Amino acid sequence: MSETDNATKGMSISEGVVIEINGMHKWYGEFHVLKDISLKVRKGERIVICGPSGSGKSTMIRCINRLEEHQRGQIIVDGTELTDDIKHIDQVRKEVGMVFQHFNLFPHLTVLENCCLAPIWVRKMPRKEAEEAAMKYLEKVKIPEQAKKYPGQLSGGQQQRVAIARSLCMNPSIMLFDEPTSALDPEMIKEVLDTMVQLAETGMTMLCVTHEMGFAKTVANRVIFMDGGEIIEENEPVAFFNNPQHDRTKLFLSQILTH
Amino acid sequence: MKEHVPHPDLPPPITNVGVIGWLRTKLFSTWLNAGFTLLAAYLIYLTIPPLIDWAFIKADWFGDSREACTSGGACWVFVNVRFDQFMYGLYPAEEYWRINLAFGLLVLLAIPLFIERFHHKGILAAVILFIYPIVAYYLFAGGSFGLEAIDTSRWGGLTLTLVLSGVGIVASLPIGIVLALGRRSKMPIVKSVCVVFIEFWRGVPLITVLFMVSVMLPLFLPEGSHFDKLLRAMIGIVLFQSAYMAEVVRGGLAAIPKGQYEAAEALGLNYWKSIGLIILPQALKLVIPGIVNTFIALFKDTTLVLIIGLFDLLGMVQTAITDSNWLGFSIEGYIFAALIFWIFCFGMSRYSQSLERKLHTGHAR
Ligand SMILES: Nc1ncnc2c1ncn2[C@@H]1O[C@H](COP(=O)(O)OP(=O)(O)O)[C@@H](O)[C@H]1O
Ligand SMILES: [Mg+2]
Repeated sequence: MSETDNATKGMSISEGVVIEINGMHKWYGEFHVLKDISLKVRKGERIVICGPSGSGKSTMIRCINRLEEHQRGQIIVDGTELTDDIKHIDQVRKEVGMVFQHFNLFPHLTVLENCCLAPIWVRKMPRKEAEEAAMKYLEKVKIPEQAKKYPGQLSGGQQQRVAIARSLCMNPSIMLFDEPTSALDPEMIKEVLDTMVQLAETGMTMLCVTHEMGFAKTVANRVIFMDGGEIIEENEPVAFFNNPQHDRTKLFLSQILTH
Repeated sequence: MKEHVPHPDLPPPITNVGVIGWLRTKLFSTWLNAGFTLLAAYLIYLTIPPLIDWAFIKADWFGDSREACTSGGACWVFVNVRFDQFMYGLYPAEEYWRINLAFGLLVLLAIPLFIERFHHKGILAAVILFIYPIVAYYLFAGGSFGLEAIDTSRWGGLTLTLVLSGVGIVASLPIGIVLALGRRSKMPIVKSVCVVFIEFWRGVPLITVLFMVSVMLPLFLPEGSHFDKLLRAMIGIVLFQSAYMAEVVRGGLAAIPKGQYEAAEALGLNYWKSIGLIILPQALKLVIPGIVNTFIALFKDTTLVLIIGLFDLLGMVQTAITDSNWLGFSIEGYIFAALIFWIFCFGMSRYSQSLERKLHTGHAR
């Protein structure tokens, strides 16, 4: 972990920036959901995004792989600006993997087929090679023995780990997590968080929307607090938790830390 | 310290199992149910024995004219004598082998599709869908390869029923899928074209459609151009049924959670790949009962071609019962037709159930 820390510290601001969001706005119809979002993420950085429900966290990270469209401002991912140009969108999606709250595995395909589908059909990888790579990632998330099962036969924690493996099979350089543990029973949260910690140790650039503050403290380089569609505060984890600057941040932290 | 001893599993009470348990719970659970059970038993007693008596015990099976029917029961001699026409219509008897060959070929080609270990199902299915129809057409119609040309007006009986419904089933599913996708499209023109198409064909009865294609269509075509009547009926049936199919498929598409589209998109799959690999396999699986229901309706609806002068199985039966040599045997004719239709429809229904079981992969999501 310290290796990547040193690497990121040594760089100037613009150097090694893989995600750059400048003055980005988004509306759902009349509703102004994201207001003037600016954010720079350097290679290997691990960012935790938190904030009350409805504050726009999901919408923001979904803009990064264009599951949602922004209307104003700029989003540049790995040197490619997100516009209507479908080529740019495809380019960005090749670099960005995403893990969802409800896993969104494909229920009609086995675990292995879930993992191989995109490499075969998007990256045009030969099936055998794709299966070997998929098994490698399934081993990393510690469920190679489930490869032939269907998602419906797995526990929630196992499904989420498959979802992580499925994203990794596309060999992304950035991973987005949208509340990956919120739909899980308590005893399964740890196995998914462990997988994410392990992934962080490989130097993956990660943006995680999560309320797991333990995870934020041990893994994140930066914590971002959002409310009402704005980034209210961002800081290193220690400073963020010990010394929040805004009242709204304080209130939020007191609410999630006390229960 | 106290140790917990698990309670042993006990057998269920005797009154819940076995024949007596079954009778008690299913047939005689209350006084009202007991009454219905006795009433039903009486009705069965009233109807079934005489029916069996008529259809089997007192029936006549063999012979070549109505004089063979002397026992007072059903006269299956009639069906027996007319059997070839019921199957092949007015197709010349010396060319029956062509029809038999075509259907035999189809069965042979289809068998490997049901074998678990056969791995080239995709290629075989493509052969059946794209190459086989051409071969079958040349066998049926003739006119080349030294085969005598046989006009489609002589095709009939069960053959015609199967040809019409086969073409209808094979063509209406893909057209229906495209229409359903179009109806859910974000592009306003595509969407409205599909909506108008679907609502138009769903709004008119099939009889009207058949009349329109057979009477009105020729008026718009250039003078003297020959446009086969069977082909026109096929087009009518396909357009009509694909509108129904579209609505069935749309129901399946609507049931797929948004997360599936998002996951596919996030992995970089484009629209057609997401649809083909992720959405349709799930959506179609969900609506197998609806699809098969439409197939069954289509199969039975083909009988309506009678009104534009094509003679399918039912049409041949109806012609046969008006034959002055065989007056008075309409019941036997209709029962035979009903039996054949029932066998095909029941087969489709059972196949759909086994398909559903086979494709079941645990709980969704
Ligand atoms: N597709 C949508 N259409 C309209 N409003 C939406 C849509 N998705 C989310 N919203 C609204 O946008 C706001 C932000 O949502 P979201 O990004 O999901 O918040 P969070 O993830 O922080 O809970 C919420 O008020 C939500 O109701
Ligand atoms: Mg959210």
